[in-house]
Amino acid sequence: MASEWLLEMVGISKSFPGVRALDDVCLRVRAGSVHALIGENGAGKSTLMKVLNGMYRPDVGEIRLRGEPVQINGLKGALDLGISMIYQELNPIPAMTVAENIFIGREPVYGRSGVVNRRKMNADARQLFETLGLAMNPSARLSSLSVAEMQMVEIAKAISFDSEIIVMDEPTSAITDREVEKLFEIIRTLKAANKAVIYISHKMNELFQIADEMTVMRDGRYIDTQLTDKLTTQSLISMMVGRRIDEMFPKEDVPLGEVVLSVDGLTQGDRVRNVSFELRRGEILGIAGLMGAGRTELVETIFGIRKSSAGRIQIGGQPVSIATPRDAIRNRIALVSEDRKLMGLNLRASVKDNISLINLARYCNLGGVIRARQEVEVARRQIDRFKIKVSSYRQIVDTLSGGNQQKVVIAKWILTNPDIIILDEPTRGIDVGAKSEIHKIMVALAREGKAIIMISSELPEVLGMSDRILVMHAGEVTGEYARADFSQEAVMASATGSH
Amino acid sequence: MSMASLASADGYGNKVKQIAARYGIYIAFVVMFVFLSLWSPWFLTFDNILNILRQCSINGIIAVGATLVIITGGIDLSVGAIVALAAVSAASVAHPDSYPVIVPILVGLAVGALFGGINGFIIAKGRIAPFIVTLGMMTIVRGGSLVMSDGRPVINLSDEYNTIGGGYLWGVPLPVFLFIAVVLIGAFLLHFCKFGRHVYAVGGNELAAVVSGLNVGRVKMGVYTLAGLFAGFAGIILSSRVMTGSPAAGAGYELDAIAAVVIGGTSLAGGTGAVLGTVIGTLIIGTMNNGLDLLNVSSYFQQIVKGIIIISAVLLDQYTKNSR
Repeated sequence: MASEWLLEMVGISKSFPGVRALDDVCLRVRAGSVHALIGENGAGKSTLMKVLNGMYRPDVGEIRLRGEPVQINGLKGALDLGISMIYQELNPIPAMTVAENIFIGREPVYGRSGVVNRRKMNADARQLFETLGLAMNPSARLSSLSVAEMQMVEIAKAISFDSEIIVMDEPTSAITDREVEKLFEIIRTLKAANKAVIYISHKMNELFQIADEMTVMRDGRYIDTQLTDKLTTQSLISMMVGRRIDEMFPKEDVPLGEVVLSVDGLTQGDRVRNVSFELRRGEILGIAGLMGAGRTELVETIFGIRKSSAGRIQIGGQPVSIATPRDAIRNRIALVSEDRKLMGLNLRASVKDNISLINLARYCNLGGVIRARQEVEVARRQIDRFKIKVSSYRQIVDTLSGGNQQKVVIAKWILTNPDIIILDEPTRGIDVGAKSEIHKIMVALAREGKAIIMISSELPEVLGMSDRILVMHAGEVTGEYARADFSQEAVMASATGSH
Repeated sequence: MSMASLASADGYGNKVKQIAARYGIYIAFVVMFVFLSLWSPWFLTFDNILNILRQCSINGIIAVGATLVIITGGIDLSVGAIVALAAVSAASVAHPDSYPVIVPILVGLAVGALFGGINGFIIAKGRIAPFIVTLGMMTIVRGGSLVMSDGRPVINLSDEYNTIGGGYLWGVPLPVFLFIAVVLIGAFLLHFCKFGRHVYAVGGNELAAVVSGLNVGRVKMGVYTLAGLFAGFAGIILSSRVMTGSPAAGAGYELDAIAAVVIGGTSLAGGTGAVLGTVIGTLIIGTMNNGLDLLNVSSYFQQIVKGIIIISAVLLDQYTKNSR
């Protein structure tokens, strides 16, 4: 008997060490429909899709295609079963041509010779673009294309497999409105050809435009599936944020001091647009928003990692120009970056060497010789203060847990005695105990009169820890809430740009 | 086999691996040393040991500079050519009736530091891969030393100058003391000074170093300048010892230095390593050359053995690191 569903994923669970990423999740998709998968960052959408495309094997659960149970073995296995995917992060090969990128690994060859039939490959690519209504030169190098064009190549590639199911993970994050229209046309064509599209996006207006059905996920769990006609932005948002048992946050009210930082019309290309805000001593300013909203770009611009294209920054009432992180540190700003392995730590060095790095000169004599005993003492003090679990200050940072690594980054920056502390996703990927300790550290710092900016994608954390919340969407500030007016629904509405 | 005995066997194996990971290179050196002592009656004699040390000193001095460069994640291919240019420049002002001996010494050091500094400047400001910059510089400097000397070796050097590489103190060749001095300077800078810590920081994670407010360009300039300076010093010692400033000197020395660094456990990926390891790496290469000579192995065959040792050392390193 033919199943009503083209694809069924039933009772899928997947755990990683310390995290239950998916807990009994279900997804049922009809042929000839667009099925949106929705949830906050970290809700488990991407993990579920990685189970579907064979990258992860579920711990428990069954995947059925047209009612038949299937095993998906790797990306190749998924493609063979007719499942292809457009990834959120592009991974093109810039030095190769458009056609080469599309047909990589399955290039048409002359007979059985292994020599690529370039003419056929380019002709196939051209035909593909014609059916999709795209104007693109198959022999152009990827490196000569704009990001939006690369995204369209990626979309064309996913469709060229002639798959039954096409997963699109944030396909519009890098493309303009005109290309979105094009993409929607393509999706409608696919639908008419009785294919299924699984569409992941944070953009509410797109979802209501294109999706037939929506499945909402939250904290790795399945919440509900509804027909789009039966949903409103409001009801969707309340499903996304849900009513959660409130975590305990150690937030205390600290009397606010004078304004230490004021940002006026800060702009960085089209990533950050005309952002203005003020920050006071003792204040924790939360910055909420969805992935790609420009929050990290905003703080990196303040810190001098990115060049601002317009706007002014004042510190303590004085205009300052910050062109490099050195300038920022001199102005007593600290940045605990989003990706500690990329920007925060030297993983190959010891805990002590990481902690003392920024202000090493303070522990040196005039000749630049390190006063070893003093340095060790300072490192030990920071290890104690932040309760970093190490076997010795000589332990290599790479061997620490994520939570302890994060504490090393914080210990390192606090040692510079900053006035303004920027924490970008300070508790991402760390366990609950370490998380709560980091929250306590934030409160203690605020009590000392430090001004804190905290970016977080976890709504309960932003709501629980902030005195004030700034919400960003597409590079702009779309909402500002004082603690008295906090609500998950309002923040989420601003974050999705639906105000 | 019971679970318990499996576990304990595994624990024992792990311990062996840990020791091998930490002291592998020292153990290898000792084994080689003992083996050669037993095999050849001439190996373990005072004169032969001094001979090995003297032969090691020039490569060792260059390798200390290479260690700094490689810890930042870079590479310097120009040091062999800098040896030649420094040798020719120093020798050209070292005639018996020209200047006091300090002048050729300063000229040789200055030439080395200058071209090392230019390497560093281009790498830091131009953001070009060190491999490319120093490859180009290798050719430029080699050409420069040929132009300067008109392709002919510079001879007739003062006795004082010839003492630097040929003299003895307390019966020990002077270059051995100079090698020890450079090792101490290198180790002091790297392990006790702010500069050294910054060298590790840049090699360990350059972006994190930038975000931490380090002047990464200055650190890079520093290491390449020192690498050039030490190569210049090696050029002085070499020309003094053979009493000739030869424009062909030092060919391939850059690779010997890199080999010593790598055998000594410093990773080409940057961020890890130590001067002591490089000293051991230098001694291993020197002892092996000497031992193979004593065992009457042809110099052609010695090259093959050297290559095998380089690859084995890194394989051993990789193996022990992965199993940790």
